[in-house]
Amino acid sequence: MVTELDVATAAPPALSKLPLDAVHRRLGARMAPFAGYEMPLQYEQGIVAETLHTRRRASLFDVSHMGQAILAGARAARALESLTPADLASLSPERTRYTQLLNESGGILDDLLVTRLPGVEERLLLVVNASRKQADFALISAALPQFDFNPLDRALLALQGPRASAVLGALLPGAEDLPFMGWRAFDFGGAPLFVSRSGYTGEDGFELSLRAEHAEDLARLLLSYEDVAPAGLGARDALRLEAGLPLYGHDLEETTDPVEAGVGWSIGKRRRMEGGFPGFERIRRALEQGPSRVRVGLLPQSKAPLREGAELSARDGEAVGHVTSGGFSPTLQRPIAMGYVASAHANVGATLSAPLRDKRVDVTVAALPFVPHRYFKTPAGKDAR
Amino acid sequence: MTDLRYSKDHEYVALDGDLATLGISDYAQSQLGDIVFIELPEVGKKVTKGKEIAVIESVKAASEVYSPVSGEVVEVNPELGEAPALVNDDPIGRGWLIKVRVSDPGECASLMDDAAYSSFLKTL
Repeated sequence: MVTELDVATAAPPALSKLPLDAVHRRLGARMAPFAGYEMPLQYEQGIVAETLHTRRRASLFDVSHMGQAILAGARAARALESLTPADLASLSPERTRYTQLLNESGGILDDLLVTRLPGVEERLLLVVNASRKQADFALISAALPQFDFNPLDRALLALQGPRASAVLGALLPGAEDLPFMGWRAFDFGGAPLFVSRSGYTGEDGFELSLRAEHAEDLARLLLSYEDVAPAGLGARDALRLEAGLPLYGHDLEETTDPVEAGVGWSIGKRRRMEGGFPGFERIRRALEQGPSRVRVGLLPQSKAPLREGAELSARDGEAVGHVTSGGFSPTLQRPIAMGYVASAHANVGATLSAPLRDKRVDVTVAALPFVPHRYFKTPAGKDAR
Repeated sequence: MTDLRYSKDHEYVALDGDLATLGISDYAQSQLGDIVFIELPEVGKKVTKGKEIAVIESVKAASEVYSPVSGEVVEVNPELGEAPALVNDDPIGRGWLIKVRVSDPGECASLMDDAAYSSFLKTL
């Protein structure tokens, strides 16, 4: 039989190692190439157990392959709006916003998180996808040459799950009070530790950025809590698919615009009126008239999962879309998928069909997310900032 | 239990007379990770050495299983429909896939025995 790992071993050898590479191997990780890095795909528990552990307690993910950079200078946020459709000028210090880098036709070059750092000088911390970071960094520094742009060589860990807040709060008092999409710098053994209340699993959680030489100490401390177990890329992918979160290179790419991708909510009101970002005409049209196709949830009526690339057809056989992410949901114990479907066929409950080897299976259009989000809500009356 | 013979594609055969029990090796199941669905052939289907006989879906991906022998399927593991993870838990025992009436028992001679398969795994 041919396994995914057979393919993996044939990949080019020039892979970068994560700062925590040795830790992963000691923990029994199965490593696989991803976006130029040797990444932990899973640990001994396996993807199903790691996914369920994240939903029930908390998991530690190493996402150091992602790109981190700082863009600094007067009115840097306003300037970055020339590449993205989010309202960044209004971003308060210590708050994070999700947005996209767009090409001239409004297609998504990458999705990213932008945090306004505290201080008098305007500094923005950007976190971008591993597979896109070189291109993103080249684009930003070329488009905004008047600003200081510095990629950061820092490790990035994600602590995700309902116990994440209690664990991190015990280690860093005050972290448990951060609002959703809030950010703060803490002191970790004399070194700055950036904490953002964000993640990509649908659970409450944090992303933790620190210099690589301190990452092992932090990982060790977090893993010493009974609630925390390591989880790999496989579980991360299952979790984000269950949470209906799009992944760049699969559900988002240069031909998809933010509206059809279902992330139109991230386009600020002022930006919708004023424009001033690449592809504004296409995006305004999609906002006003509705997009011609939309990203939807898909429930294959089969025991076997539908995979990325599968074509979706209407009852009359007309091709109406395709699957962009598909797999098995450990939480729901059934196959789930996401994909793009022509708007006329995208109503929740509509039945489509897809080929599955030599058969066809019915596929029901479903609402996203498959597993409800459990992001942290600031308790009423409490000023978390 | 008869001796096991292994293919380079990580399938095993346990041959008893002309009846072969086929499955995937412990190494193969560990490489696949959590198995969530297995598509097996129907009883009566003719199988050919080296040709696809089953598909195993793990959480991550679908993988084909190739027959290490030629013959006719006489039984498929009825437990795997409801409990595909049996292949993870006990690949050589309760996680067997199919039983085949082999047309040429001599085909097994080209497969690896335990010692040869262990050495082969070390080369991967």
